[in-house]
Amino acid sequence: MKRSVAPVFWLMFGAGGMVAALFGPALVIITGLAVPTGLGLGTTTMDYAHAIVFARHPLGKLVLLVVISLFAWHGAERIYLTLKDMHLGPKPALAWLSYGSAGAVTFVTAAALLAVGL
Amino acid sequence: MRRPYLRPIDRHWWAKPPYLAYTLREATGIAIAAYALVLMAGVICLALGRSAYDAWFGFIASQWSLALHAIFLIAMVFHAWTWFAIMPKTMPRLVVGGRYVEPQLITAAGIAIASLASLVLLLIARWVLP
Repeated sequence: MKRSVAPVFWLMFGAGGMVAALFGPALVIITGLAVPTGLGLGTTTMDYAHAIVFARHPLGKLVLLVVISLFAWHGAERIYLTLKDMHLGPKPALAWLSYGSAGAVTFVTAAALLAVGL
Repeated sequence: MRRPYLRPIDRHWWAKPPYLAYTLREATGIAIAAYALVLMAGVICLALGRSAYDAWFGFIASQWSLALHAIFLIAMVFHAWTWFAIMPKTMPRLVVGGRYVEPQLITAAGIAIASLASLVLLLIARWVLP
């Protein structure tokens, strides 16, 4: 019997959805609203000097890779299922487009985190 | 030749109630993926060097980015809400003390835990970050 790869995508979707539900609002407030406006957090929190220290730390790398890739896989699953239900194209093409994008995001982020160094 | 009857479906079914609620919930996936792309761009710029990263942070501090992140925040909160609203249907039935846990209780507990998790992360950020 041919095994389906769907459960793997479901696992990534579920993990990303849970991380987004638990920490998504706080992450968006921190990186996108509080730091750039200086409301509650300093505007230097995410300047080059601090960001490079965070991205060079193994735990910082892990947080960035987990958040970015899981959010991408979570979004890909929802986008794929919605496009499929809207009959916007053949299923394999839609699957390659959405899951392929999430795979590319994971790969590029991992490569960039390696390039940042330790 | 097999000719199954296919009930005609409105092409724009997804934009009309009751399906609109599902479409909005699924659309949060677009915002969450877009937020991942914004962060990924930041990591790439960080690897490229100081000037590239400063340019990315310049975008983050722009009015466009603030508006975009306001949308992301609404989407994240709506996602968290719906995530736990459907949780009683997506998880195995929970039995405590020989009785099924009420779906409303699972939803309420999930939303309470998520609110607490985000609040704790915000407080840690305020406390630890420079």
